[in-house]
Amino acid sequence: MRTIRSMVLVSNDLISMQRGAQDVYDRLQAEIKAYGLDQEISLAMVSDVGRHDALPLVIVYPEAVVYGPLKVEDVHGLVEEHLYKGRIVVNLQASNRELSGKIAWLNTRKGTLPAEQRIVLRRAGIIDPTNIEDYILNDGYATLGKALTYMTPAQVIDEVKKSGLRGRGGAGFPTGTKWGFVAKEKSPKKYVICNADESEPGTYKDRLILEGDPHSIIEALAIAAFAVGADEGYIYIRGEYKLAQERLKLAILQAEEMGFLGQNIFGTAFNFDLRIHCGAGAYICGEETALLESIEGKRGQPRTRPPFPTTHGLFGKPTLVNNVETLANVPPILLNGATWYRSFGTLSSPGTKVFTILGNVNTTRLIEVPMGITLREVIGIYAHGMKNGANFKLAQTGGSSGSIIPASLQDTPMDFDSFAKAGVALGSGALLICNEDTCVVDLAKVLLNFFRTESCGKCFPCRIGTQRACEMLEAIADGRATLKTLDQLMDLSTTLVNLSNCGLGQTAGTPLKDILTYFRAEVEAHIRLGVCPAGVCNTTEAVQ
Amino acid sequence: MPIIKNLEDLKRVREEAHENRKRETAAGQIELIVGLSTCGIAAGARDILKAILEDIQNNNRVRIVVRQTGCIGLCEKEPIVQVVVGDQPKVTYGKVTPEIARRILADHVAGGKVLQNHVINL
Ligand SMILES: Cc1cc2nc3c(=O)[nH]c(=O)nc-3n(C[C@H](O)[C@H](O)[C@H](O)COP(=O)(O)O)c2cc1C
Ligand code: SF4
Repeated sequence: MRTIRSMVLVSNDLISMQRGAQDVYDRLQAEIKAYGLDQEISLAMVSDVGRHDALPLVIVYPEAVVYGPLKVEDVHGLVEEHLYKGRIVVNLQASNRELSGKIAWLNTRKGTLPAEQRIVLRRAGIIDPTNIEDYILNDGYATLGKALTYMTPAQVIDEVKKSGLRGRGGAGFPTGTKWGFVAKEKSPKKYVICNADESEPGTYKDRLILEGDPHSIIEALAIAAFAVGADEGYIYIRGEYKLAQERLKLAILQAEEMGFLGQNIFGTAFNFDLRIHCGAGAYICGEETALLESIEGKRGQPRTRPPFPTTHGLFGKPTLVNNVETLANVPPILLNGATWYRSFGTLSSPGTKVFTILGNVNTTRLIEVPMGITLREVIGIYAHGMKNGANFKLAQTGGSSGSIIPASLQDTPMDFDSFAKAGVALGSGALLICNEDTCVVDLAKVLLNFFRTESCGKCFPCRIGTQRACEMLEAIADGRATLKTLDQLMDLSTTLVNLSNCGLGQTAGTPLKDILTYFRAEVEAHIRLGVCPAGVCNTTEAVQ
Repeated sequence: MPIIKNLEDLKRVREEAHENRKRETAAGQIELIVGLSTCGIAAGARDILKAILEDIQNNNRVRIVVRQTGCIGLCEKEPIVQVVVGDQPKVTYGKVTPEIARRILADHVAGGKVLQNHVINL
């Protein structure tokens, strides 16, 4: 097993290259080898890291030290002192000022648990989730008190808007804006809902937030209700999450007992009641309008939009629906201010993101890292490298409703806008890391089969399209397809994306497009040569 | 727990709890914290909890508080047991078996010797 203990990144944007980044890289490689460290330290070029006054830049993780501008002559000392002896070379460090954008967080995350930055999970693993006293000892309910006592609903919404928080349920919609939509509605009855359905394969971040820190979601929902003018809330939780349900129920009882829920909270005129609603195992009920139908006791099928839930939601009333992780960000934002929150992550996607790492890596785990981290960093540092030293081929984000990300995009910052610009999606936070033994056709087959089974059947592009896509992928895998099949598949992908009624059908088209864009040669090999390059599909089936 | 009517109430509750904890720590209280999230439980954390409670009872160990907590993010290292002796820094053990749990109690908690081989470095 090759476990990487340290990672060295060299900037190689145009300016860095002009100033000798290539030579620095080559010398680093030679020195690391000379010290016999090449099995435990990884070295990579990482394009533009956002700071132009000290190029070329060398960043060493996990200590998150930035060196620059670095000259070839400096490399020997750097390797000997820092990488071999473990001492930071202070005089080579870049000055602290002007750290911006993507690397702004490097300084702030030093010394935290495995070099992460914990905002959402700051109490998980530290407090006893069944003990409200533990929660209160760690700033619990102080934010709710502050909001109710000193702030107006408009001020709360304004602070959330300023923080730049974006929805963590998948779509990345600006949270403050959504709150504003609901607050603006003139209705005597409004609802707030926490979406804890979390049915994406491989995603379990919401579960661990709820299990580790259930009171934080109750507090956040109460704040949200105060901000938008609601007096009733639901937590729609996945049916299988028994432990999380138990802990939430207990937490709600405790909160009611102490007056954090119920009438006249903190001695003000604000009333708020909270209920738990358990799902029954349908993936589609995580889609917010299907979720509303489900709470109303109807069949879990997405509604046609508009109207949106913010105006016509639960029982026809204005309703706010937010993901667990989104809500968990709210109390820290109000407690520490929007400016503090913006010091993490990137300009357009501030804050942190919780990821679950799965697949062919040495360590599968849960991490919370600043937005804008790259896949290379996630794999090298937090997952401790690929299993058996294999090569990284692709990552599948978001359980199933994300994208297939090829290795060529592993240095793209993982935030909503950078990913959108690269034509891929971040999804809900699962990162399935695959090595070269993975066949993209086989992977797409698994994903489309999931969508086909979970499609609610309301609209035909998705109901029939996912079925046909499965058949075509099977034909490719079995060696029965022709090149024309690929054109049809691309067509179908466009149809799914553009014409489906809800997000399920829309994202079902994504993996099809992704494999045809990034792995066309591999797909074509199944057809032209009758072989599966990864050795997964049995392409001879058709001959028999 | 009292009903909280304003921020002062909350502050008072927090301070009282804080004082209580401080007194317990100063008296050399030992905390054993077991990670009881789905990941921990799946890896056998309930057995660890049982082993710890039994061992405490069988050997009449005193001044030990056993608590549970959520996931600290190292699912692969579960079951995880964290040990806090008085005001010393927290020691985190990973991949704990009932046997290791008993040794933590005997060697670390009672004997003051940390089981270096099973510590995870955070
Ligand atoms: C098929 C499908 C499944 C979804 N499942 C979930 C889910 O399990 N949890 C979740 O928070 N959002 C899920 N969403 C997204 C929700 O519709 C909605 O966008 C989200 O709850 C909004 O919260 P946010 O703004 O905080 O992200 C799903 C969407 C679709 C289309
Ligand atoms: S896209 Fe699929 S899941 Fe969504 S409404 Fe249409 S059939 Fe149902």
